[in-house]
Amino acid sequence: MDREQRKQETPMAKQDVVDRIHNFYEVALGYTEEQAQREATRCLQCPNPRCVQGCPVNIDIPAFIKEIKEGNYRASAAKLKEFNSLPAVCGRVCPQENQCQEQCVLGKMGDPISIGRLERFAADWERNAGVEIPEKQVEGATGKVAIVGSGPAGLTVAADLIKQGHEVVMFESLHYAGGVLMYGIPQFRLPKEIVQAEIDYIKKLGVDVKTNYTIGRIFTIDELFADGYDAIFIGSGAGLPNFMGIEGENLGGVYSANEYLIRINLMKGYLFPEYDTPIRIGKNVAVIGGGNVAMDAARCSLRLGAEKVYIVYRRAREQLPAREEEAENAEEEGIIFNLLTNPVKFTGDESGWVNGMECIKMELGEPDASGRRRPVAIEGSNFMMDVDTVVIAIGQTPNPLIQRTTDGLETTKWGTIVADDETAATSKEGVYAGGDVVSGAATVISAMGAGRKAAKSIHEYIQKKKTGQ
Amino acid sequence: MFKIVSKEEIAPNIHLIEIAAPDMAPKSHPGQFVIIRIDDKGERVPLTIAGVDLQKGTVSTAFHAVGKTTKEFAKYKAGESIMDFSGPLGNPAEVENFGKVLLVGAGVWCAPLHYTATALKKNNNKLVVVCAGRTKNDMVYENQLKAVADEFHVATDDGSKGNQGLDFIADILKAQKFDHAIVMGPVSTLKKVVEMTKPYNLKTMVTLASLMVDGTGMCGACRVTVGGEMKFACMDGPEFNGLDVDFDELISRQRVYLPEERMASMIYEKLGGSVKRG
Repeated sequence: MDREQRKQETPMAKQDVVDRIHNFYEVALGYTEEQAQREATRCLQCPNPRCVQGCPVNIDIPAFIKEIKEGNYRASAAKLKEFNSLPAVCGRVCPQENQCQEQCVLGKMGDPISIGRLERFAADWERNAGVEIPEKQVEGATGKVAIVGSGPAGLTVAADLIKQGHEVVMFESLHYAGGVLMYGIPQFRLPKEIVQAEIDYIKKLGVDVKTNYTIGRIFTIDELFADGYDAIFIGSGAGLPNFMGIEGENLGGVYSANEYLIRINLMKGYLFPEYDTPIRIGKNVAVIGGGNVAMDAARCSLRLGAEKVYIVYRRAREQLPAREEEAENAEEEGIIFNLLTNPVKFTGDESGWVNGMECIKMELGEPDASGRRRPVAIEGSNFMMDVDTVVIAIGQTPNPLIQRTTDGLETTKWGTIVADDETAATSKEGVYAGGDVVSGAATVISAMGAGRKAAKSIHEYIQKKKTGQ
Repeated sequence: MFKIVSKEEIAPNIHLIEIAAPDMAPKSHPGQFVIIRIDDKGERVPLTIAGVDLQKGTVSTAFHAVGKTTKEFAKYKAGESIMDFSGPLGNPAEVENFGKVLLVGAGVWCAPLHYTATALKKNNNKLVVVCAGRTKNDMVYENQLKAVADEFHVATDDGSKGNQGLDFIADILKAQKFDHAIVMGPVSTLKKVVEMTKPYNLKTMVTLASLMVDGTGMCGACRVTVGGEMKFACMDGPEFNGLDVDFDELISRQRVYLPEERMASMIYEKLGGSVKRG
């Protein structure tokens, strides 16, 4: 491969925009074997790889890429799984451009290595070829661990601990495990079959997955200890939706992003009445917010037949919190971006359904605590938007149930659980926490990173506890 | 899968079911609810708990077969299983020694009301109970409520038994002093009774069966304005002081999916009322 070739990334095919806005199939189609080989060959195999430092779970990236280059796909997937139990998920939804790929040396002279696409390739290859279940490595004393929440953080902890020989029981309040991977991220970005395959893998490793168990209601944390668990990991996520507190917010047709995505992803509302859960998606949909969740809700709306879909965001384009790739996908698909715009009021018809949204134009002022220029309303710039569905996607905070029902668990004023950055230990002995319930709404990979650390400390805690050292 | 231990049609289209849920039973209290999902295509339906049997490890609930999902559920027999049975959810009802308590139940809600009434009786309250139904044939839990009541009234919409309508409750409130009131029924009933207790500033706890999807605080579909603040019925309730509840907003929110529900029910009936699904 010559110098010029090495500078250029291997493109990944996407489903044509004309087709994809009418279906829920995956947008990004993944690499073929040839494409993966070509991309893997670009890797410089740096002796001091900076990409690894950019990865929250420190995957040995050069090593897994080298295995692809040499055609050892199963070995490549195995290498990934040493660090990451959900490579097929991370290969699709990680913000690689701000993490591993941002650090890639090739990025200085051209395109960085497409690490996410290669990760996806290896994981997909292995899933299609048949996943081998590793032997348990029983090291030292083993214990019984409860995992609360089956999202990315919980799944990581469960996989890491069961491989070390512990007995692991995972509690999930919904009827499917997977957390946000199941109910939140739409099929066209993360197919549910892939999430299910990862859950099946965790079950095959021996994790007992109990769905329909809302911890804090059926059992408290202290009751789990009384029931013989040695340690507990809380990975209950950030599922409580934020609202704006403006007039008309309780009208019909005003959804939280959670409700909207749960009705679509988890309950298959778009197949109503074959499936029993209804959802009504109007002609003109406004999604309030600019993150990945907002992009997901907007793109779902389009696929479910909306004529016009707007992203209404109070800051500017370059301040969108969404991944650039997802914002681009949304733009390509015809989502209209109403930037520097903020809703102030919703209006409804006589049946109580939303039929309009009053907005105000914003301009950027001085930087705020987050370092971003703060949006300021332009007085008198109010205008009406004709909408019949509104999705509020302005973030989530942790569900307070476990915090409210557990004595001795320190929390912050934002409702997150206080846990040590390195050990994931909380203020309560034997209780560890990680993922969005600690960080506030963040990414899948950061939740997994926290899960890894938690699993390591839980293992050490159990060793100490059982051997009395 | 969760096994149906017993099932009984206690009034036309009103079914009492008892489900094996050994982990849930000891944790369940009056006022809490469960979410059922009968099969893989089913909706998540919240139902208030009507009782538990700790020996058998079962939880009971009652439902009115009015929509597609509940009509389908009505066909299930004892011995069969449903896919999901999640709970207990929501906060337990306030149960203590209040003194004299007015209890009003309407239709299917008389079953969970009886569960609360029994707990109140154990706390030595004096209970004045109103058991309401559409007609004399639609009465639910009449005998059971009568058995725990110190004073018992029956009301029907058509006057075929007892009082006609609920207006007579105004007279009861005028004649007696209450320390606490509990109403369980359709939102229109809750609103009506609260309008009568409001002049006495009588704390009137109402159980809000708002629209819900997950029932654990995630979707926000069950949001309701209580005392000017947004509350989630699943997390903050389902029991609230009715004096503070914005019932008109709640009624409006309850109705938003009526067209879809009617359509689903119509298609279901056209298909001969059966969509047994794998």
